[in-house]
Amino acid sequence: MPISTIHNKKLERNQYRSRLLTLTLIVLFFILVLLARLFYLQISEHHRYVTLSKQNQIAVIPIAPARGLIFDRNGILLAKNKPVFSLDIIPYKVKHLKKTLAALKKIVPLSRDEVAEFYKTLRQKRAFDPVPLKYNLSQTEMAEFAVNQWRFPGVMINAHLLRYYPYNGEFAHVLGYMGRIDAKELAQLSQSNYSATNYIGKTGIEKYYEKLLHGQVGYQQVEIDAAGHIVRVLKRKPPVSGANLYLTIDSKLEQVAEKALGNNRGAVVAIQPNTGQILAMVSSPTYNPNLFVSGISSKAYQALKNSPNKPLYNRAIRGLFAIGSTIKPFISLEALAEHVITPQTTIFDPGYFIYAHHIYHDWRKGGHGYVNVTKAIIVSCDTFFYRLAVHLGINNIDKVLAAFGFGQPTGVDLNDELPGVLPSPSWKMHHIGHPWYTGDTINTDVGQGFFLATPLQIANAVATLATHGIRHQPTLLMQLQYPHGIMQIQQSKAYPQINFPQADWRIVINAMQKVITSKEGTGFRFGRNTPYTVAAKTGTAQVYTATYRYQDQDLPENLRDNSLFIAFAPINHPRIAIAVIDEHSELAPVVARKVIDYYLLTEKHWSKANETH
Amino acid sequence: MKPIKTKQEYNIYNLGNRILTSYRFIDITLLCLLTIICIFGLFILYSASNQNLHMVEQQSVRFILGIMIMFALAQVPPDKLRTWAIWLFILAVFSLLVVLVLGHIGKGAKRWLNLGFFRLQPSELMLVALPMVLAWYFENKILPPKAIYLILASIMILIPAALIAKQPDLGTAVLLVVTGSSVILLAGLRWRVVMSLVGLFIASAPLIWHYMRNYQKARVLTFLNPESDPLGRGYHIIQSKIAIGSGGLLGKGWLHGTQSHLQFLPEHATDFIFSVCSEEFGFIGCLLLILLYFLIILRAFYIAYHAQNTFTRLLAGSLGLMFFFSFFINIGMVTGLLPVVGLPLPLISYGGSSIVTFFASFGIIMSIHTHRKLVSH
Repeated sequence: MPISTIHNKKLERNQYRSRLLTLTLIVLFFILVLLARLFYLQISEHHRYVTLSKQNQIAVIPIAPARGLIFDRNGILLAKNKPVFSLDIIPYKVKHLKKTLAALKKIVPLSRDEVAEFYKTLRQKRAFDPVPLKYNLSQTEMAEFAVNQWRFPGVMINAHLLRYYPYNGEFAHVLGYMGRIDAKELAQLSQSNYSATNYIGKTGIEKYYEKLLHGQVGYQQVEIDAAGHIVRVLKRKPPVSGANLYLTIDSKLEQVAEKALGNNRGAVVAIQPNTGQILAMVSSPTYNPNLFVSGISSKAYQALKNSPNKPLYNRAIRGLFAIGSTIKPFISLEALAEHVITPQTTIFDPGYFIYAHHIYHDWRKGGHGYVNVTKAIIVSCDTFFYRLAVHLGINNIDKVLAAFGFGQPTGVDLNDELPGVLPSPSWKMHHIGHPWYTGDTINTDVGQGFFLATPLQIANAVATLATHGIRHQPTLLMQLQYPHGIMQIQQSKAYPQINFPQADWRIVINAMQKVITSKEGTGFRFGRNTPYTVAAKTGTAQVYTATYRYQDQDLPENLRDNSLFIAFAPINHPRIAIAVIDEHSELAPVVARKVIDYYLLTEKHWSKANETH
Repeated sequence: MKPIKTKQEYNIYNLGNRILTSYRFIDITLLCLLTIICIFGLFILYSASNQNLHMVEQQSVRFILGIMIMFALAQVPPDKLRTWAIWLFILAVFSLLVVLVLGHIGKGAKRWLNLGFFRLQPSELMLVALPMVLAWYFENKILPPKAIYLILASIMILIPAALIAKQPDLGTAVLLVVTGSSVILLAGLRWRVVMSLVGLFIASAPLIWHYMRNYQKARVLTFLNPESDPLGRGYHIIQSKIAIGSGGLLGKGWLHGTQSHLQFLPEHATDFIFSVCSEEFGFIGCLLLILLYFLIILRAFYIAYHAQNTFTRLLAGSLGLMFFFSFFINIGMVTGLLPVVGLPLPLISYGGSSIVTFFASFGIIMSIHTHRKLVSH
């Protein structure tokens, strides 16, 4: 080995050793820092910390933010917060939970559901967080407990704000309801922001805008004595309330629609065509959301869930219906634009149409005689459209239906909206396993067969028709009001305009007007004379197609037809577009008339001021 | 006449001899110190776990496993460790990547690989592999090393650290960075360079701060001052300080702590176990525990001081420093000196993988000492 290397090794070793010694000193220094810190905490400040630990404890109490309120477009309160008193338990202070609950039962009645719910919540909370046992204590219950409170360390009465829906079921499908946070939801939430919150939006607006409505948690750092009483507040950060929501819903209009539907199963959706704002969204029958807030009993819940009328299910966005003859204006537009027919094209309708050895019947025995497109819409001639289907082909039909928004979610601000079904040859192959027949095209062309849409989609398509092809994303939120007073106005998204010649729009809309005004028009139930101009189309969806979807429903009523009605008014400056579906009754036009009358006539004086033209 | 040994007898004799000779490779001083700290740890754990014997049993099993690994590694000559270094490092990086990918698929933070009989935590493997590979890397470089080697070494530190931080396991990532840096420091980075790097960082902090977005600033602030989030981690710190402070000079006595048992249930047997110790054994107890830790570090440094070549020197020194960093960071965080990053108190906190890591590193340190006469100069 050369001498220089050896020398270097020695040099290196010495250098390393001096470095190690320096590091030892540094380590010693840091250890002394730790000891100094411990000395400070345990010797110098010992007295202070002993006081804190012995008599007083510091507790951080989260303060729940007040949930945002929900108003309709005119400022009518639809969802508010109501103060209630609850019986809470702080788990770590209770030695024998089972015994305590048993003893409590003798003073305050506890249902099995309440106890089960309590144990569920208990698992999600920290030992020092209060866990609610019973909500909505009555005056008597509070008094009874107050007398016996000394027997129950760790059990206390607390005030909470609970959601309350003053109109009960009337807006349930739009607003949704609140319920206790479950474990799955908890995993996705910010733990500290929800540390004082027991409730969360489960459906509807309450769920969709949960983030906006909830707000920001606050806290109080307090000293508490051994009994859990607050001695003094050390620090306080107030919570920030959630935003108040102003919906596009016109609550009066919605009530009119709801009343008009009565106890029938069905749905009404009304949209402002220029903006896409939803004025009314009714699904009937409905349920009382207040039942859910304070914890619905499992019996009541099962009753709602198993009811044949399915009150829990929002037909407006989840009900899938064959749209029947209300499809005809849309098909006519496509046929005119594609020059498959001209406005003058006339056929003779004998009352049936034969294709490939199969007879397709018109709804009217004996037929309508000579029919062009205008008359075909007015009298709702099926034969004309059977024949049109063969010439038009399924691809053209799908194209126009997709342009009007069918077969895709509308993007409304609610969860769980269904996209409907826009059948195509590949769709059929995939879902049914059979090739597409021209017969399927013929069925689709009169709104039967596989084609299914939600009432919201239908209403939005009508709004698009009213504006000559400008489709908006329908929306329920109009304004936000934050605690510091700032209002934000939401603009709903518009799709590119559907490009049909103006003349074609006019032909179809004129024909729709005559559905009401003409003597032979099918819209007679709506009433021939209206003080405003209105374009409409009736529809009846046959039951055969419906049965494979609603197999679980009771059969006799199901054998009747669904009645559909679409309309917009006034024709030149449309202010309302509406779709009504009345399951198994013929009342859809009557309902639509009441709604439009109310909106255009009764409310005229002030609803105009609220509109953006 | 000499008795003729049968083949079998010879084997038994040989085996016995081997077991005997293997004691030659154990450092008794370290073994004693470690045993004392482990026993002390079991007592604290018994109290911190609310007298849960099952947890104490599980922890004892881990200690025994750890000691066996330490014995085994102490038998491996450092030359062999040197040849393993790079492969161990590659394996560790690879398993970190696997964990990260699996975590993405499983849609959740994942820190370990299930090998059937054993859960491997790659970040812990990396804590041993990184000092080894860096010591191997600097061994033949002329010391103090050139800038280019330093940059390459920094990359070797930062890549695994980033992978671990992504898990997310900030505590281990920080520990890895400081341990890796300590190898570079021991390798002879000039103090001037160290000081100017520290200076540069401090000087650039306002500039970095200026370019950060608001939410990032808020996150840094909560990180530095957990008490601004009293519903989350700040709560632990406040309660931890009360527990430590109320312990006083002599403590409330074993099993007589009040604060730590009631308040922060989730972590008082793991990361916050030191506050239980301080509440029950007081300042004197803490002083003794820290003294024990210091003696272990001194012994590791003594071994590093007498190590015979660059590889073993760097390795022993940095492993000793790793031990120091982990207990310093933990106690610093529990007493409110350092931000909460989530590192266990070495050999005392409840939990398996870090115990194995520390015993493995002490096995290596022992091997370095007991093989020093056999190592070429």
